Amino acid sequence: MEQVVIAFLCLAILLYFLLGGADFGAGIIELFTSTKNRSRTRQTMYHAIGPVWEANHMWLIIAIVILFVAFPRIYTTMSVHLHIPLAIMLIGIIARGTAFVFRHYDAVKDDMQWLYNRIFRYSSFVTALFLGILAGSVLSGKIDPDATNFADAYIFGWLNWFSIAVGLFTTALCGFLAAIYLIGECKTDEDKKRFIKKAEYMNVAAVVFGAMVFFSAAMEDVPLMNWVVYNKVGLAAVTLASLSLILLWYLLLKGKTQILRVLAGFQVTMILVAISYAHFPNFIRLKGGDVVSLYETVAPEKTVLSLGWALVLGSFLILPFLGYLFYKFQQKEE
Amino acid sequence: MDDFLAARSQMALSLGFHIIYACIGMVMPFFMAVSHYKWLKTNNEVYKHITKAWSKGVAIFFATGAVSGTMLSFELGLLWPKFMEHAGPIFGMPFSLEGTAFFIEAIALGFFLYGWEKLNKWFHWFTGVVVGVSGLASGILVVAANAWMNSPAGFDYVNGQYINIDPIKAMFNDAWFTQALHMCLAAFTATGFAVAGVHALMLLKKQHNDFHYKSFKIAATFATVCALLQPISGDISAKDVAQRQPAKLAAMEALYKTEKPAPLLIGGIVDEKNKTVKNYIEIPGALSFLAHGDFNAEVKGLDQIPEDEHPPVAITHYAFQIMVGLGTVMMIISLIYFFILWRKRTILNTKWLLKLFVFAIPLGYIALEAGWVVTEVGRQPWIINGIMRTIDAVTPMPGIAWSFYLFSAIYFSLSLIVIFLLYRQIKMVPILYKSSNIDQ
Ligand code: HDD
Ligand code: HEM
Ligand code: HEM
Repeated sequence: MEQVVIAFLCLAILLYFLLGGADFGAGIIELFTSTKNRSRTRQTMYHAIGPVWEANHMWLIIAIVILFVAFPRIYTTMSVHLHIPLAIMLIGIIARGTAFVFRHYDAVKDDMQWLYNRIFRYSSFVTALFLGILAGSVLSGKIDPDATNFADAYIFGWLNWFSIAVGLFTTALCGFLAAIYLIGECKTDEDKKRFIKKAEYMNVAAVVFGAMVFFSAAMEDVPLMNWVVYNKVGLAAVTLASLSLILLWYLLLKGKTQILRVLAGFQVTMILVAISYAHFPNFIRLKGGDVVSLYETVAPEKTVLSLGWALVLGSFLILPFLGYLFYKFQQKEE
Repeated sequence: MDDFLAARSQMALSLGFHIIYACIGMVMPFFMAVSHYKWLKTNNEVYKHITKAWSKGVAIFFATGAVSGTMLSFELGLLWPKFMEHAGPIFGMPFSLEGTAFFIEAIALGFFLYGWEKLNKWFHWFTGVVVGVSGLASGILVVAANAWMNSPAGFDYVNGQYINIDPIKAMFNDAWFTQALHMCLAAFTATGFAVAGVHALMLLKKQHNDFHYKSFKIAATFATVCALLQPISGDISAKDVAQRQPAKLAAMEALYKTEKPAPLLIGGIVDEKNKTVKNYIEIPGALSFLAHGDFNAEVKGLDQIPEDEHPPVAITHYAFQIMVGLGTVMMIISLIYFFILWRKRTILNTKWLLKLFVFAIPLGYIALEAGWVVTEVGRQPWIINGIMRTIDAVTPMPGIAWSFYLFSAIYFSLSLIVIFLLYRQIKMVPILYKSSNIDQ
């Protein structure tokens, strides 16, 4: 059952990155869209993510619940030492979620829209950035449980070059995912072209920030090279991700939407595999070389057993329903 | 403000905020399902308008409920890491089932809100019902988790270790049923009175009688039935508390001295320093009866409980008085409502009754928040009753006060925006009502 629970945890994290990420990305793209095209971007976006956005964010909750039920030490280590970035990310989640709904459901469309839009865009950016920073911090080896002063215990664990580079990289990836996703939702060729352009920019940004991640890893002594070059699976994943990049550009120019989506999802999955496989089952790397590992901190057997069953039964209920939701709203209205 | 107090205040604020949206998210789908059903059955367009108008308001609440709930699942760790480290594996079961329930709810909501012209009409109706049922299920589950904090079960506590963990037993602890029952009734009472009151206000303003009258009837029926059941369920809760948390009961009743028979105090000003109560009305023997079902039973007072395990008496006592007082008021309004309905068949011309409902708009929510203050403050100083103290659970991070100020500001502005949006929504009803096509 332990394996099942871990598999669900990985799945939830992955899907949150993909679906939630695309969702944040939509806001990020809007942020970087010229004023004159914004309202069209907004419409396409609303159309595409309106029905599924709440479901997309459930993956985060599933991941958190799995963490605190089955791996409480991981959950508490993160909540104590990464309190500040978590709180910022939460503020981002609150702001963008409410702004998104408010701007659509406000019965009167007036100047308030200006405010909602502002909030939505900036908070999407902040949320994605801090999600990335959190991911970076967990890997960075800078979290120091024995620190005696405030800055070491609560700030430098996440405020370091590596975490920030991962944050920026994540932001670019989110924008990229969203652009790719939205290409398929466009009604006119003109819109389509715009999103293709956006996807290209975001992809370039991702490559640049990706390079920054490697530099900062070297600066901060994060053994990133060991994970992605000297580890067979890591290397394979990175290679596949890079190869698919070429294919992706080709398809992008051709405007093939469905395969593009799959490919972009695949690419992000590979990136996550690459950075996590080599040190699995370690989850958090602490300062001084200690790790918090999934296997070692797992909750007692009965808890894991009942959680596992809850997840398995839950997915029998959820997945068909969810699939149908995506399917139903994928169909183009004739 | 010291960090411990700030953490407690932030938790209370977040929960108090979330509960309002959660209750609306739990209850409104049922109201909508009723009017939706009536529309499908009678083809009366008014019911369709009601369903749509409600569903737009509800979408706003859902989003706010979902984000504040997400916030809470992190806050448990951000503020109470030591608690979660031990409690997570024990009381996590309801949370993981709750995750499933939320998920189903979110999916069904997607179908419901965006499926008006796309789905088979009965399937569409059904998705609305699923939203309600799964919302209610998540409410019950999370209250079961809270009940575990009041009535810990499903583990053995030996030398500071939590062993023999059984999450199923923890979920079905002694308090879960009474608390969940009382909570569900409270949600229906509070939301029902609020919605009925708003429509009563519109009726008084002579706006679109049919629309508001039909809406009023649906909401008022739920509200009044539940308000009549609530005191019964509250009495069961009180007997339960007397058994498992005598300190909480004593604080609720401001009973400093053990008495046999014990009187019930109504009102009263608590003096915590001198451990006395002034200016109250006394009903002899009533507390003995309420707590133990026997007018002569002994009721444990705070004098039998070690001083360092006393909950804050004044807050608990006042909050309890508020809840019971408002519960009684709402019960009386409900009785009047049924009486008038029985005599006259319609309440449209009974202006003072409509005014009474307008007056009752906030009462249910005030009672609900007060009830939670009773439960939570009355459990102090324990976070897990009798096992772990709240002060031992709080995060080591300093500076929580800032976090509290920041989140207070956020919640405050969010509430303002929501009220503003709702006001606009209601103002738009006449326009929605006129145009026959009121899609998106
Ligand atoms: C509309 C709201 C509402 C109304 C009218 C009442 N209550 Fe209540 N009460 C709640 C809303 C509530 C609540 C907020 O939902 C609580 C907090 C925890 C819980 O399970 O329910 C609660 C808790 C609560 C508790 C503590 C339970 C515990 O700690 O386990 C008791 C003893 C009562 N109630 C008793 C009553 C009585 C005797 C009422 C008589 C009229 C009453 N309540 C009306
Ligand atoms: C008495 C207390 C509570 C009740 C009755 C309650 C009930 C509910 C309900 C019915 C919903 C769905 C309604 C909606 O989406 O608007 C909801 C949302 C949520 N609640 Fe609570 N809740 C309570 C406390 C908590 C606590 C303590 C937590 C966290 C530990 C929590 C976590 C959540 C989460 C994560 C969501 C969002 C789910 C979504 O996206 O739909 N809730 N709550
Ligand atoms: C929505 C209704 C609720 C309200 C208004 C509420 C209110 C409060 C208040 C006033 C406190 C501070 C008590 C004090 O320190 O004096 C508190 C603390 C707390 N509550 Fe609740 N509560 C609610 C439901 C819940 C639920 C459903 C859970 C868990 C499943 C929960 C978990 C906690 C925890 C962990 C604390 C902090 C520790 C403590 O003070 O005991 N609460 N809440």
